[in-house]
Amino acid sequence: MDLIELRDIRKTYNLGEVVLPVLKGMSLNVVCGELVALMGVSGSGKSTLMNILGCLDTPTSGEYWLEGQEISQLTAKERARLRNRTIGFVFQSFNLLPRTTALENVMMPLTYTKENLSEHQKKERGFELLQKVGLADRIHHQQSQLSGGEQQRVAIARSLVNHPRILLADEPTGNLDSRTSEEILLMFQQLNRSDNITIILVTHDPGVAQCARRIIRIRDGLIDNGANPPNARCAI
Amino acid sequence: MKTYGTMKTALGALQRNILRTLLTTLGIVIGVAAVITMMEIGRGATIAIQRTMASIGANTLVVVPGAANTSGVNLGAGSIMTLTPQDADAIIKECPAVSSVAPIVRARTQVVYGNRNWVPTYIYGTTPSFLNVREWTDLDEGEAFTEHDVRNSSKVCMVGQTIVTELFGGHSPLGKELRIRNVSFKVIGVLRKKGANMMGLDQDDILLAPWTTIKYRVVASSLSSANQSTTNTSSTTEVNSLSQIYPNLQQNLYPVPSTIEQADAAPIIRFTTIDQILTAARSSSLIHAAIEQITTLLRERHHLSDNVPNDFNVRDMTEITKAMSSTTEMITKLLLCVAMISLVVGGVGIMNIMLVSVTERTREIGLRMAVGAEPRDILRQFLIEAIMLCLLGGTIGILLGRTSSYIVSAVLHWPTAASMGAIIAAVVVSASVGVIFGFYPAWKASRLNPIEALRYE
Repeated sequence: MDLIELRDIRKTYNLGEVVLPVLKGMSLNVVCGELVALMGVSGSGKSTLMNILGCLDTPTSGEYWLEGQEISQLTAKERARLRNRTIGFVFQSFNLLPRTTALENVMMPLTYTKENLSEHQKKERGFELLQKVGLADRIHHQQSQLSGGEQQRVAIARSLVNHPRILLADEPTGNLDSRTSEEILLMFQQLNRSDNITIILVTHDPGVAQCARRIIRIRDGLIDNGANPPNARCAI
Repeated sequence: MKTYGTMKTALGALQRNILRTLLTTLGIVIGVAAVITMMEIGRGATIAIQRTMASIGANTLVVVPGAANTSGVNLGAGSIMTLTPQDADAIIKECPAVSSVAPIVRARTQVVYGNRNWVPTYIYGTTPSFLNVREWTDLDEGEAFTEHDVRNSSKVCMVGQTIVTELFGGHSPLGKELRIRNVSFKVIGVLRKKGANMMGLDQDDILLAPWTTIKYRVVASSLSSANQSTTNTSSTTEVNSLSQIYPNLQQNLYPVPSTIEQADAAPIIRFTTIDQILTAARSSSLIHAAIEQITTLLRERHHLSDNVPNDFNVRDMTEITKAMSSTTEMITKLLLCVAMISLVVGGVGIMNIMLVSVTERTREIGLRMAVGAEPRDILRQFLIEAIMLCLLGGTIGILLGRTSSYIVSAVLHWPTAASMGAIIAAVVVSASVGVIFGFYPAWKASRLNPIEALRYE
């Protein structure tokens, strides 16, 4: 069984009189432990696909199987729980809370977790992850006191705080210089390899896509190539 | 646990922009402070009004003797003398609802000074506490007579403004001697002007002297005559040509009781009687208690068995009391309206800032939703933030309100009264303002689409 399976996903935006089909029937599979790059020019529908993959949005039609569960028709509340438990997000613009320390940023998603952790446990977990991304000496720095690369590393730590199976990174290096970008990409590869986290990188930069093991190309709301994984499988 | 975490988050959010937080709470601070100051000044004003009303006699209770009943003819109030000075003493000692008591002996007779004469509306023999009962203690000139004068039946008196005008031609009467039925009284005090009472009777046409003096030196000389001139004429009834026109009605106004009737209805004889007892209740709310206590006490003192009606009456000033309570009620309502308006304005301010805050933090809301916050979590977060703003404002407002009412009472010498009710009301109202005006922005935040919120610039 695949970790992610999309079957004929369509998404149509209804802009008053104009009906705008963005995804025109996409099917793709991602297995556990993959590092996939999602490539396409702007307007190709990759952001929409990303939102559907991240359970931020629901498709107009089609099936979305995540961990063996059909989730395309879940309510907003159920999707929120799913995002909290299973999916980690890394954004292009980092999206850290302003005037909040790195540690607090990392701990933030735990506020919405159903399992009740004590304040101490939360701090411990936050500290562990900041250590993992190499920011152990920056835990009490605020967002404005961190460089772009550091901010993105805090964001990665935050995305990992609930031990997600999937990490969705939307142009994670878009706002970074090339050297920092490399560091961040290395970190993704390392996480993918050592922690067996499935990572989906959305990018338009071929250089970034190169570090992925598989590239899914999207054009005009359809998948150009790379829809199916090579024979790398793992148990769920 | 969840609420605690949310409270911490909200506190953090409020701390992030401390200036805006303070400016937002300012509306509530002013609202709550206004409520408290208004309520306290209002209560002070109510007390002041009650005091003023008391000075026109709202709290006054008059105990008058009952009616005599001879052969089925009821002679009306005051026709038997049942009250004694000891009754007055007992009332002040044993009725806790009564603050002061003055026995009164009345006389109506001519007062002479030099070549002028005048018949005052009131010649009252009383005690110094009469001035307390009537709230008349600050004299224009001189001083009041004392308990000592009452015991000695000193020939001293205080006069009202009308007597000063009529008898002394407006000059200060202090130290001068006037005569009441050929007894000379030294004027030792001049009463402040009080004007007419509600019935139009001139309250300044008054002469106050110790009741013992009036009782034993003035009234005792002739109980039946109205003034000195009638005393003279009654002794020469036969030769007065006017006696035909004004026959002496007192002789046969009532049927003369027979000896047997007199023996059956023996009048109660007390050696010293007084005409009425003037008492003041401690406050307007205690008037009914005072009436009850006085009635119980006097029935006991007069040895009246259960089936015998009272031989006295206690009268209160219902009309004035009603006017007073409606006035104070109106003031309280008015102030409450004003205070409510300021609280609503404060609430709108909170709503305004919360809406701005929601817009400003759209990305944050989007992010929180992306990492798993349910709409309910977002709603709770913003609602708690608004409530905390309001409670913070309420707390500061209470302190500010107490301080300002203290300053008002210290600087302007307005009476204020601390009111626990106002404080509780302010806290409850400010929390509800937080909920009511914080709900819409919070609801709006919870309905945001995470995708659009994340992309919001």
